[in-house]
Amino acid sequence: MPPFAIETENLSKEYPHGFLHLKKKTSLEGLTMQVQDGEVFGLLGPNGAGKSTTIKLLMGIIFPTAGSGHIFGKPVSDVGMHRDIGYLPEQPYFYDYLTAAEVLDYFARFHGYGAAERGERVERMLKKVGLETAGKIQLRKYSKGMLQRVGLAQAILHDPKLVILDEPMSGLDPVGRREVRDIILELKNAGKTILFSTHILPDAETLCDRVGVIAGGKLRGVGAPGAIVGVKATEMEISFELAEGAAMSEAIRVKAAKSGAAYRVSVAENELYAAMEELRAAGARIVSVTQIKPTLEDYFMELIGKERAQAAAVEVSTP
Amino acid sequence: MNSVLIVGRNTFREAVRDRVLYNLVFFALLMIASAMLIGQISMGIETVVMISLGLSAISLIGLLIAVFTGVGLVSKEIDKRTLHAVLAKPLRRWEFLLGKFAGLVVTLAVNTAAMAAGLFLALWLVKHSVTPSDLVVLVAVYFILLKLMLVVALAMLFSCFTSPLLALLFTGGLYLAGLFVSELRSLQVTTLTPQMQKFFAVVSYVLPNFGNYDVMGAAAHGRAVAGMLVLHNTLYTLLYCAIVLSAAAVIFSRKDLK
Repeated sequence: MPPFAIETENLSKEYPHGFLHLKKKTSLEGLTMQVQDGEVFGLLGPNGAGKSTTIKLLMGIIFPTAGSGHIFGKPVSDVGMHRDIGYLPEQPYFYDYLTAAEVLDYFARFHGYGAAERGERVERMLKKVGLETAGKIQLRKYSKGMLQRVGLAQAILHDPKLVILDEPMSGLDPVGRREVRDIILELKNAGKTILFSTHILPDAETLCDRVGVIAGGKLRGVGAPGAIVGVKATEMEISFELAEGAAMSEAIRVKAAKSGAAYRVSVAENELYAAMEELRAAGARIVSVTQIKPTLEDYFMELIGKERAQAAAVEVSTP
Repeated sequence: MNSVLIVGRNTFREAVRDRVLYNLVFFALLMIASAMLIGQISMGIETVVMISLGLSAISLIGLLIAVFTGVGLVSKEIDKRTLHAVLAKPLRRWEFLLGKFAGLVVTLAVNTAAMAAGLFLALWLVKHSVTPSDLVVLVAVYFILLKLMLVVALAMLFSCFTSPLLALLFTGGLYLAGLFVSELRSLQVTTLTPQMQKFFAVVSYVLPNFGNYDVMGAAAHGRAVAGMLVLHNTLYTLLYCAIVLSAAAVIFSRKDLK
């Protein structure tokens, strides 16, 4: 069996803080996960959840307190495997005295390309990220969104097998986000493995084969975006119109919301037929019945809500 | 080794674009003004004054660049997080460190060479000739460059584990202490207790001996500098830099970047 593209086992990171660094703050606790070769995997979680910590550990920017990480079967400490990895740091910043073309040329040199190939790759990447006309401008004059594009260009410049993107949509306008989404899809179609962190959930739902939700430094769930939320009971939404003077039953009236001339009411899936019977009896005209599919955002918010409630409970119970 | 050269080349480019070499304009103005003034007021000692002034300026300007730029070489990359993308390339941390060191040393070498050329031009303006005895100035300039290499290595070491301000203070403090190493060694023959003598002996050998690089007097008076001193200072600098940079590499290789 070929090795996973990414595999972590009990990966943990604590930061010392306080006076004499005697206290420890846990940023990541016992992360065990696998990313398959050719998969698009999204790391989701609120700010400070441990997403960037995970990525920095994989890239060797910080070192684990416990556990291990492997990329294509090699330990993350093996710098040689960086030939196969492209990395976009969160809010990337580059040498502001260089132009975009120069910074890409600088990075390309580490991969041993000759001058002609470097020139060709740099030109192609600038075009790909929409900076072909700004390639000769020093980066000090770039906006945040433009820097993000340069970051993406340097990450994929060497045609890596694995692309790790930390908040790739951050700082981008809707057009830029769309372009980045297209690039990720293009990479996916080319058979690349992609790991990216985000808190923009619709992007994760659109792009990811699987997502992992991290909150409070712990992995809370892994699965396909549809499957991970599928554990929740589904509800049905009935949209209906009511004739003048007709009355609804009390049970439906309290749940119904009026929107223009129509009403909407959500009922549990197993109560659908009973509710429709009741509405028909009241003389209502049923316009539509739709299944309410819980979104990743619902799951995410529920998880975060629980997390905060637990944290508050601990705070209250701690004397 | 190729990665070291890539980082070094970029460090040199950074220094040039950050206008580090603009100090040469100041040095040129200083030399021109000095040459004009010395020609007016010095009676027979124009060469001595010109060489002393020129070498002092080369040393001071070089030291300022070495300390201030040296301290920021790594810490600036950590603070601005430019390092994150660089370290994602197939590059070891020690290669990055060595590349930054090499880049700044080349910058200092170019700067020092340009200032030395300016000094010779000023000498020629003062006495309308350059004699073979003036070539000792080249040895003095070479020693200044060796000294600057050591200062850069120390600045980089300190910046690997402390804040830029503290690294600046530590480097400056160590430089000043290193100027008095021979005085420290002479303390051994005074009335100190044997334990204290031993302590000062150890300290005097651990501290970088910056006093060894000062041959300004010999250069100003056209006295030859012993070949053994050139060899000794060269080997001493290389060895000391290797030890300091190895320590820096060990610390930097284990450092969590923010």
